[in-house]
Amino acid sequence: MTAAPKGTAAPGAASGWTREGIAERVAQDIPNGSYVNLGIGIPELVARYVPEGRTLVYHTENGLLGMGPSPAAGQGDPELINAGKRRVTMMPGAAFFDQATSFAMIRGGHLDLSVLGALQVAANGDLANWSTGADDAIPAVGGAMDLVAGVKRVFVMTTHVTKEGEPKLVACCTYPLTGRGVVTRVYSDLAVIDVTPEGFRLVELAPGVGFDFVQERTGAPILRDLSRQPGA
Amino acid sequence: MIDKRFASAREAVADVHDGATVMIGGFGEAGSPIELIHALIDQGASSLTVVSNNTGTGLVGLAALLRAGRVRKVVCSFPKTAGSTVFPDLYRAGKVELELVPQGTLAERIRAGGAGIAAFYTPTAAGTPLGEGKELRTFDGREHVLEHGLRADFTLIKGRAADAHGNVLYHRTARNFAPMMATASSCTIVQAADVVEAGTLEPEAIVTPGIFVDRVVHVPEPALESALNEAGASYP
Repeated sequence: MTAAPKGTAAPGAASGWTREGIAERVAQDIPNGSYVNLGIGIPELVARYVPEGRTLVYHTENGLLGMGPSPAAGQGDPELINAGKRRVTMMPGAAFFDQATSFAMIRGGHLDLSVLGALQVAANGDLANWSTGADDAIPAVGGAMDLVAGVKRVFVMTTHVTKEGEPKLVACCTYPLTGRGVVTRVYSDLAVIDVTPEGFRLVELAPGVGFDFVQERTGAPILRDLSRQPGA
Repeated sequence: MIDKRFASAREAVADVHDGATVMIGGFGEAGSPIELIHALIDQGASSLTVVSNNTGTGLVGLAALLRAGRVRKVVCSFPKTAGSTVFPDLYRAGKVELELVPQGTLAERIRAGGAGIAAFYTPTAAGTPLGEGKELRTFDGREHVLEHGLRADFTLIKGRAADAHGNVLYHRTARNFAPMMATASSCTIVQAADVVEAGTLEPEAIVTPGIFVDRVVHVPEPALESALNEAGASYP
């Protein structure tokens, strides 16, 4: 018996990347020196998998550039927090600033990359990730709309389908939009997929996952360059 | 001689009127001016419009102001932080109005309000429900939404240190909305853990210049929302 490659799903589960595996895959694509905003939740995992030798500068929109990892439980400063309101630390070279400055970094195109979660991504790059539109939901948006409107590249990290098995990559979003035509690339448990002017385009399949399996779980056609995907 | 120091939070908020618009600093508990908010609860002003990024947690601070029934409307980007039950309950019961604003747009609306800018165009929220009904204009092929500057009657914020002239320094991510809110209201009230004579703070380091501040209150050991909640506190 051989050990499963790091980051792939456990035996018996569907093939593909685990959450950690997706995070590790995303991290490979972030160049050294990038200024990055990681969305709250699963995107935060990306910071753990940045390849050795690369230094990223993390921005948190509540007013810190040069954010470091969480402190030990019970440690830290209750007024040194991230956008998820959890305690964080600061790295050498960190800077604090007010909200207008923070969102000038975002809207002004100064951040290189944002990694966000999604409810739905459409083939034209539309993103829905802030509200299901349910009647009894308390609407809350935070900085999501500003991030997608301003950051140069928006990566989405998501499961390929919902818990109910519905595609999250769709022809047209049915949930309320966060932004139009804003997503650059999607990293799911099954594949890496670019959003192009022609629609979704396959970049890479997760280990053990076939193209047809991904296409069947996607709500819009996925283009692929067969010459570049000999194993797909 | 200029001396903006007030003897107590109670005196500093004494003239907040019913129906006032009040900006309250803070992102989560970081920068939340709990003592000023509690003084406002004691003072009794009602039908307030509160401009603040969140709506508080537990039964203290901003959540306590809401629970006391003093708030008619909240202008906010994220009203459902973990541990916030007061606002969601009031909202579902139709007892408080919500104007949901993207966080960066909220910051810029306040900045504009304080800087004499009536309105501005931003790409944020174009094509989304939060851009609906607003004036749209296309710049460089991209749709933008017209957003209006925000002003208030009072601003309540928390500093780490302030001097008698109202110059303010902040603590880490507690700064958040405070510098813009200080500029955007008719009366800005600061609570600070250290209050010193003019000339003591390093002028190069001042974040909010005293021209934007009207009243300074010394609160040497400000409470934190999380600590109060862990202790099961409620206010009043």
